[in-house]
Amino acid sequence: MSPAEEAALRQSDRNGWLLVLPALIVLALAAILPLLVMLVYSFLTPGDFGNVEWQFSWDGWVSILFQRDIFDGTLGLADAHLTIFWRSIWLSVVTTALAFVVGFPTAWFIATRPPAQRPIWLFLVTIPFWTNLLIRTFAILEVIRSEGLINTALIKTGMISEPIQMLYTDGAVLAGMAYVYLPLMVLPLYAAIDRFDMRMLEAAYDLYASRWLALRRVILPIVSPGIVAGSILVFVPSLGAYVTPRVLGGGKNMMIGNFIELQFGQGRNWPLGASLSMTLLVIVTVALLFYVRAANRGTQTHG
Amino acid sequence: MSNEVTISARNVVKAFGQGDAVVRALDDVSVDIRKGEFFTLLGPSGCGKTTLLRLIAGFEMPTGGTILLDGTDITTLPPNRRPVNTVFQSYALFPHLTVAQNVAFGLEMLGRPSSEVKARTAKMLALVKLEALAGRRTSQLSGGQQQRVALARALAPAPKVLLLDEPLSALDLKLRQAMQIELKRLQLETGITFVFVTHDQEEALTMSDRIAVMSAGKIQQVGSAREIYIHPRNRFVASFIGETNFLTGMGEADGVLLGTGERVPAPGLGAKGPVTVSVRPEQLRLGLPGQGLKGTVRSLVYFGTDTHCHLGLSDGTEIVARLQSPASGDAGLTEGQEVGISFAEGGVQRVED
Amino acid sequence: MAERFAVNRLPGFTTIAILAFLALYIPIITLVFFSFNAGKTVMDFNGFSLQWYAVAWNNTAVQEAAWRSVVIAFWATVIATTVATMAALGTTRRRAFKGQTAVYVAINQPLMVPEIVTAVALLIVFAWVKVQTGYQGLGYLILAHAAFCIPFAYLPIRARLEGLDLSLETAAADLYATPWRTFRRVTLPLLAPGIVAGAMLAFITSLDDVVITEFVKSAGQDTLPTYMLGQLRRGVTPEVNAISTLLLGLTVVILTAFFLLTRERR
Repeated sequence: MSPAEEAALRQSDRNGWLLVLPALIVLALAAILPLLVMLVYSFLTPGDFGNVEWQFSWDGWVSILFQRDIFDGTLGLADAHLTIFWRSIWLSVVTTALAFVVGFPTAWFIATRPPAQRPIWLFLVTIPFWTNLLIRTFAILEVIRSEGLINTALIKTGMISEPIQMLYTDGAVLAGMAYVYLPLMVLPLYAAIDRFDMRMLEAAYDLYASRWLALRRVILPIVSPGIVAGSILVFVPSLGAYVTPRVLGGGKNMMIGNFIELQFGQGRNWPLGASLSMTLLVIVTVALLFYVRAANRGTQTHG
Repeated sequence: MSNEVTISARNVVKAFGQGDAVVRALDDVSVDIRKGEFFTLLGPSGCGKTTLLRLIAGFEMPTGGTILLDGTDITTLPPNRRPVNTVFQSYALFPHLTVAQNVAFGLEMLGRPSSEVKARTAKMLALVKLEALAGRRTSQLSGGQQQRVALARALAPAPKVLLLDEPLSALDLKLRQAMQIELKRLQLETGITFVFVTHDQEEALTMSDRIAVMSAGKIQQVGSAREIYIHPRNRFVASFIGETNFLTGMGEADGVLLGTGERVPAPGLGAKGPVTVSVRPEQLRLGLPGQGLKGTVRSLVYFGTDTHCHLGLSDGTEIVARLQSPASGDAGLTEGQEVGISFAEGGVQRVED
Repeated sequence: MAERFAVNRLPGFTTIAILAFLALYIPIITLVFFSFNAGKTVMDFNGFSLQWYAVAWNNTAVQEAAWRSVVIAFWATVIATTVATMAALGTTRRRAFKGQTAVYVAINQPLMVPEIVTAVALLIVFAWVKVQTGYQGLGYLILAHAAFCIPFAYLPIRARLEGLDLSLETAAADLYATPWRTFRRVTLPLLAPGIVAGAMLAFITSLDDVVITEFVKSAGQDTLPTYMLGQLRRGVTPEVNAISTLLLGLTVVILTAFFLLTRERR
């Protein structure tokens, strides 16, 4: 390379950096550095009225899983914490499964419409996606609360006399999360199915596959990158959900997000809140890394 | 046209990539382009012709060597400071501007007074016969019209050199032929030096004053269409321009001794040792057996005006003769027939390998 | 005549899809419907009325929250769109520079990290800054919103840039435009639809945020969403429905504009 060529490339690199710098500064101030500060806080001692004392302590991390006995000071498993973790993971997994079972046929339906119709159907999926999460959660609330749409309808038709308690149950949280995150499943699935060459189905049927076998042996393996993408996109925000369990689950059916909030509110245990947040971050990062790996593998095998 | 040189490329090298993956798109290229000529860079894709054009335009910087414009070194001058304009293969018309705004763009960037911009734009639109479409968006134009806008836009600032990067490749055959004539007319009217890149030999032969045939990052031969066709310097040029037959044998004073023991006459060849000669199919004459080389008709392919006759020599070498089809359509030959093959005077040209 | 064998039909899929669309829209329609209720609950729809819109309109808390939401969203959009445009220009159509992958990760970070995590991290940092500087204004919210709006602004701008024909800028340079004038006269006008689309998404995203706002805001800095969340203690009131409907309408209008804007791109 001639000096002039090298100088031009170096100039181009320098311009690239200068152009991304403002974005990086904003992100560093309000998205990246705060996470590092929080990591530090997770190793400090809780203050009496919230905040922290600047004194090193492992307690924030230890108390994620264990609690000290009030009387003899021995460590035992923190059952309440474990329950919340377990519920969060379990609800997120079921939410993801539910979203897939509903989302896959929906995505398939959209992808098999005539090309001119598809943008309209996609638009219909996108509107709820961009609608305020809180509004959508309120909308579900309107449907399932005691004086809501379902109970009113059932009572007016005489099928029940007393309203069924649906609100403030795990089921309500599950329905709400599946509802609010469904578009996140449908959109990547649609993208994958849209790329699927329907002639492969003709080939499968030509080779004596039934519809069920064609689905299982041809369609699902080929669109699997889309399935992984959709599942991660639903699982990650479900695990970190805060608004939906707060509105539909009430105070008792907490998920990790609400539990974290509690530590910064009434709990007054910022180090525990910080270490819980870091734990959640690690779980989410692992899930995302899994996704990246699966996506890379997908692009390798399917061109 | 004069012999004054406008563009001079000296030992230009352009390498792409790094480390082991370096590709030399241009490998020590030197060429002089004269003032006011229609100069064509001709070669197959990947030969480096477009790279050379982009170096002259300033879109790329050479890895080595220099480029002079009227004797001034412009090697590292950015494109916006070179009095050179380009007609792009994709036309690259600005979609957010009208036809007239596209044509005026260069003049505005040069800071010309608006009265001059207006007058010059109108003149350019008239030159390419697009006055009626001045207010249109470029997306509303046909391919041929877009081509004219691209030409007018590049000519408007009256560049010293106009670079054309396969500008006709997107047009259909009829339009392409019309545009060839049009381009030649514009070049004669404006007197601007045109550097034209193409892979189409017919385009090159019909329009150019001189042609540089390129291959593998090197210039193989520079010359007029006639020179290149009649006296190709090497095998590549001979086979890339038109069709040809190659015969190899031992050189003698006035001919080539083939492996069959027969002699191909080539007055004044004066070579010793193994040589290759090129004979165009239309330079072959067929006669009765015994007149010239012994050959057998293997197949006849009818092309309308011509009939191609594939012949086998006695050592199995195949050569092709092009015969004008007689009115009856029957060349009077049958497959398997034995013939004598002779050569038109001057039709046998020695080429380097 | 026998029906053609429909290759891409899978049994039951259409039914599930239709049900899914109904499930997506029935709750929203219910919410909109009851915002026009003259009565107080779902049980008794007492006819069409705009009274809850009037109630919301005359509520100074709602007025202030709405104004605050718009101010925050406006500044967050301006900041996010500006830096995202620059970042998109810096990361496309040039040789990938060292560390570009890290830049991608940073830009998309707000999409990957759970909101609650960012929210409490910001709470920790801003609580400290508030004590140190004594500044309690909207700046914290604007900065936080600008950060999580960046990827939403960046993606459409980048997509538009990648779709741009590079030879247009080459042509401008060939026609004597300096790099700056090439940007002003060619790149920017062609990029404009992408920038507007990015700004729209950033605006909606900021307007809709609940979690980060809830944790970052100082006392008395409610935005519309946090005001609505606070009202929840009294159950869903028709007033909240009315506000939701207005926000929903705004979202649909912006989204429709966004789709029309991005579709025009051949």
